[in-house]
Amino acid sequence: MKAPAFDYVKPHSLAEVFPLLQQYGDEARLLAGGQTLLATLNMRLSEPSVLVDLSAITELRGLTLAGAMLRIGAMVTHSEIEASALVAQHAPLLPLAAPHIAHRAIRNLGTLGGSIAYADPAAEWPTCLLALDGVVVAKSATGERRIRADDFFVDLYTTTLLPGEIIVACEFPVASANHWCDFDELARRHGDYAIVGLAGAGQRSENTLAQVRLVFLGLGATPLRALQAEGVVKSQPLTASLINQAVAALKNELSAVGDLTSDAATKMHLAGVLLKRMLMKQMQSKNA
Amino acid sequence: MENTSQTHLINVTVNGHPERRPVQPRQHLIDFLRDDLGLKGSHVGCEHGVCGACTVRLDGKIVRGCLVLAVQADRKRVDTIEGLTQSGAAQALQAAFVRRNALQCGFCTPGMLAAALELVETKPSATRTEVREWISGNYCRCTGYQAIVDAICDVLASSPEVAK
Ligand SMILES: Cc1cc2nc3c(=O)[nH]c(=O)nc-3n(C[C@H](O)[C@H](O)[C@H](O)COP(=O)(O)OP(=O)(O)OC[C@H]3O[C@@H](n4cnc5c(N)ncnc54)[C@H](O)[C@@H]3O)c2cc1C
Ligand code: FES
Ligand code: FES
Repeated sequence: MKAPAFDYVKPHSLAEVFPLLQQYGDEARLLAGGQTLLATLNMRLSEPSVLVDLSAITELRGLTLAGAMLRIGAMVTHSEIEASALVAQHAPLLPLAAPHIAHRAIRNLGTLGGSIAYADPAAEWPTCLLALDGVVVAKSATGERRIRADDFFVDLYTTTLLPGEIIVACEFPVASANHWCDFDELARRHGDYAIVGLAGAGQRSENTLAQVRLVFLGLGATPLRALQAEGVVKSQPLTASLINQAVAALKNELSAVGDLTSDAATKMHLAGVLLKRMLMKQMQSKNA
Repeated sequence: MENTSQTHLINVTVNGHPERRPVQPRQHLIDFLRDDLGLKGSHVGCEHGVCGACTVRLDGKIVRGCLVLAVQADRKRVDTIEGLTQSGAAQALQAAFVRRNALQCGFCTPGMLAAALELVETKPSATRTEVREWISGNYCRCTGYQAIVDAICDVLASSPEVAK
């Protein structure tokens, strides 16, 4: 189907964006990579009267090291993150997850900011942001807010971003020397939104993980942390029985929402499989 | 800020030729190419980013022509299958597709070739598994994919100069 009629503006600075948002309110939609927005317009799931193209705003681009944080501009694309040496060094979880996002032609345009703002519970970037304890940097006409990932994703496609606010960047704590991270997901076809996925991050020494964060995508209305499972593995040497305890804790604390292709029980089973695989891999790599 | 009226004048270089045309904001790049410029090589299938039939290059990178507005291509370079097949690597892919029977109806082929071309150019040492993952965004309803994967792998395996 074709999109409904709308108008299009392409501001060159953030300062030009805020008055537009004020003027059009709900009728305006920010256009980042368009890889979600244009698909929903084509399906006529949304009918804004004006699209505000963010692509000419240089303030939303760039990958920089700012103290202990790696800052990635909202308009940086999935492909740019996948290929960046700076990201590989300081946030190695991101290039592990990137190839799972859609397909190359979509990654060439889709952006970090668009994915975080859209907050699909099966999307990779929100899950990675939460696993790395990252921060969303949002700006409005009245100033800047820094929102921790833990406080950002509140419900299905719903975040704590306010009307009139724009995501300008995300910041990720720079990986320390003993940083541990891993990513895995199960999809029916490579590049499809996953059935279930898992991002893990923390500190590693020998066979022990500390400050572990285990975040699942595809299970619920938002990316979900498995706090009890994290508690089980935290600061204890990994063993087969500890890993089984972690999987049991996971199944005890989280419940899944089924969808068209996988029911809740299947999803919980697969979440357990992913957790076990990830921790076993870690245990074996240390014993080798 | 650029003009906010209903019709926008865009300047775009298509297959090396500069074009200056009025477009409606809602018009997709793929429809602009096919309907306004008469370049029917790229196809339209699903119109929501799933099938890959509309794959073209925007500033040198493959994109979905149905998920880009023509107005977004202003001051950019667009290459369609009609232009891409002037290069050696694309011609090698075309020849391999023919040799391997990697097309039947041909509907998916222009998008498949455009996607494969970016793989050959950016990951010349890709494995068979990587080839399969790479083209997972392009649907083919005829061949069953084996022959397409074979054809791309043939080109990857042949002399690396082909990719230049
Ligand atoms: C076939 C297909 C498969 C896909 N598979 C996956 C997948 O497996 N995993 C995955 O994660 N994604 C997937 N995607 C989605 C893709 O990653 C999108 O690129 C991404 O979700 C949105 O990014 P965008 O830059 O394209 O945003 P847009 O589509 O431009 O915008 C999305 C929404 O966010 C808002 N927005 C954009 N930027 C900002 C900002 N800076 N501040 C505030 N609001 C903003 C927009 O107004 C809009 O409401 C898929 C898409 C398609 C078409
Ligand atoms: S028509 Fe564009 S992806 Fe199907
Ligand atoms: S050859 Fe017919 S769709 Fe691929």
